[in-house]
Amino acid sequence: MNKLNFLQPDKNNLNTYLYTGTILVALSIFIVFLNSFFNKDLISFLPGTLSFFLPLILGFIGLHLIRIDHSGLKFLDSINKNINTNNFNAFLSLLIVFVVIKSLPPLLSWFILDANIAGDTKDVCTGSGACWTYIKIWFNRFMYGMYPNAEQWRINLSFIALAFLGTIGFFATEKFKKYLTLYYVVVYPVIAFFFIFFFISGGPIFFDFSYGIIAAVISVIIGFFIPSKFKMYYFIIVPITLYILLKYVFFYEELIELGKLEALEWVETGAWGGLSLTFIVSFFCLIFCFPIGLFLSLGRRSDFPIIKYFSIGMIEFWRGVPLITVLFMSSVMFPMFLPEDMFIDKLVRVIIAISLFEAAYVAEVIRGGLQALPRGQYDAAKSLGMGYWKMHILVILPQALKLVIPGIANTFLALVKDTPLIFVVGLLEIVGMLNLAKTNPEWLGFAMEGYVFASVLFFIICYAMSKYSYNLEQKYKTER
Amino acid sequence: MSDKIIQITEMNKWFGDFQVLKNINLEVEKNKKIVVCGPSGSGKSTLIRCINRLEEHQEGSIIVDGNELTADTKDIEKIRAEVGMVFQQFNLFPHLSILDNCTLAPIWVKKMPKKDAEDLAIQHLEKVQIADQANKYPGQLSGGQQQRCAIARALCMEPKIMLFDEPTSALDPEMIKEVLDAMVNLAKAGMTMIVVTHEMGFAKEVADEVIFMDEGMIVERAETKEFFANPKSDRTKLFLSQIL
Repeated sequence: MNKLNFLQPDKNNLNTYLYTGTILVALSIFIVFLNSFFNKDLISFLPGTLSFFLPLILGFIGLHLIRIDHSGLKFLDSINKNINTNNFNAFLSLLIVFVVIKSLPPLLSWFILDANIAGDTKDVCTGSGACWTYIKIWFNRFMYGMYPNAEQWRINLSFIALAFLGTIGFFATEKFKKYLTLYYVVVYPVIAFFFIFFFISGGPIFFDFSYGIIAAVISVIIGFFIPSKFKMYYFIIVPITLYILLKYVFFYEELIELGKLEALEWVETGAWGGLSLTFIVSFFCLIFCFPIGLFLSLGRRSDFPIIKYFSIGMIEFWRGVPLITVLFMSSVMFPMFLPEDMFIDKLVRVIIAISLFEAAYVAEVIRGGLQALPRGQYDAAKSLGMGYWKMHILVILPQALKLVIPGIANTFLALVKDTPLIFVVGLLEIVGMLNLAKTNPEWLGFAMEGYVFASVLFFIICYAMSKYSYNLEQKYKTER
Repeated sequence: MSDKIIQITEMNKWFGDFQVLKNINLEVEKNKKIVVCGPSGSGKSTLIRCINRLEEHQEGSIIVDGNELTADTKDIEKIRAEVGMVFQQFNLFPHLSILDNCTLAPIWVKKMPKKDAEDLAIQHLEKVQIADQANKYPGQLSGGQQQRCAIARALCMEPKIMLFDEPTSALDPEMIKEVLDAMVNLAKAGMTMIVVTHEMGFAKEVADEVIFMDEGMIVERAETKEFFANPKSDRTKLFLSQIL
């Protein structure tokens, strides 16, 4: 038996150190656990300060004893390597474990154990926990804002249709793959625009454009599954034919006038709200700000002074003003400059304002990527006879954009989280609806539940986006 | 006249206040192989970059295949497409496979059908002996393989002239040979070539003429044998004594 030196544990008495250390650590965690979950203090006989710090001291000594290099035990080595490398790390690890144990019971009780979800009124919420009844009752409002309950299927249908049309890339035939970019950059946003603004809006305007929507959707769907040699002609001829057929042959309009078909009820954009509005604003701002930002970043590096200084001016202006001011201006000042009889919808104005604002950030992020490319890439592309656009589209941008995926994702996440600011112009997306609901006299005092609910939703959206951006990075990784 | 594929007369170029090329006169006939050598900073690279108009010249004229290169040359891309260039740093496109690197320009610049472009690319890749690497990415290849791919990429545009800007300077000694072999084969096939290089062995083997440059001027131009056997200017003699 070797001599035991507790100040310097070594491998020779591995078991002695290991057992003593493990018991001490387990004991310290057990004390905190009992204290936290069952409110029992095992060491209450000790003086106050000591009983407060005793678990920490015990655990610290225990971790010191089991810190043995190359012990040969896989589990022990991995603990030592990851959380127990030195005294300071051991101390921090213990502290974190204790804080987690300590904070679990109150969290559990607030979220689940003492929470209420049954019932329809606030009277059921008597416990000390969260009142999920509040979320349940207001759920529809949080999702759809002031949109009439009977018409909410239109929003659902639009989102489902857009989600379906968005995933069409996975099903595209090999031959059609090269048109996918065109589809996602041009065709898809247009369809989305039709859906959102004419289907969700409804009213007389819907029927003016419904032929267009139906024709576009049908032709795109057919176009993907029937590969054709004359793709270009196809996409011009088929939608127009369908449009004419719908308008003049099927007597759609007469049917409406005869009352056989009911027109969709008009819902003004001011009544839209909740999570669906968050999605609408984020979606359009994302797809608009990216191309605008791209052109601004190219413009800033242009050789033509007019384009160059215009781009610099745009970028610096939009970066220099606060978003809240931009939104306010778009809603209050902007209409003053328009002619009397001209009217642009509030939501459209807000979307344009946010898009331009975020485009400036996107532009600078992309410019960072452009500058990171070696000059040789430009030389090589030019020496092969490529002009400005071919060089950028085929060689420069694919590489630059790949470099800036993290930066773009950053900007996009910030954009999604900036959308609640549209409350300044009276549009209430999910956080706006929460603020409205918490001031309802029937339901005072449940702000916390609402904000937790919104945080969880935003976290899910943003985490999904960030995961997706990471996947993209991995997908386009070709170096080494 | 018609066999003078490149004609440079009285050409001057400045970078800011610094004059890099002074009064350059150079004529290159079809199918001739010219080696340009000289100390670093003498303007060799700038000279051949001017022939491709990757750099602009301020005075004088450059006529490539009957087209003068000026600031308002509209179809500079067409001229560039006829002049292939190989760089010191290879400059392959890292986001594309070797095959796509070679087919990109033929498909998009020359509007060649994809199938034909791929056949052509494989053909040229076989000539430089890396057809088996066609589906790899540049980052997975050695320096010598990358440079040979760069040569194949330039050849896929079927250029009339090939410019080489120190193609072996960034390579390990072992890899230099494989690149030089590819260039020798190309020379034997009758391509018009202008090569900036320090590989005097290569110059002796294939060059018709050697140009020696120093401080932005063409100091000496001579037939290869003449150049190495009895150089005329003292500066050339000094350079050759150091390099050989």
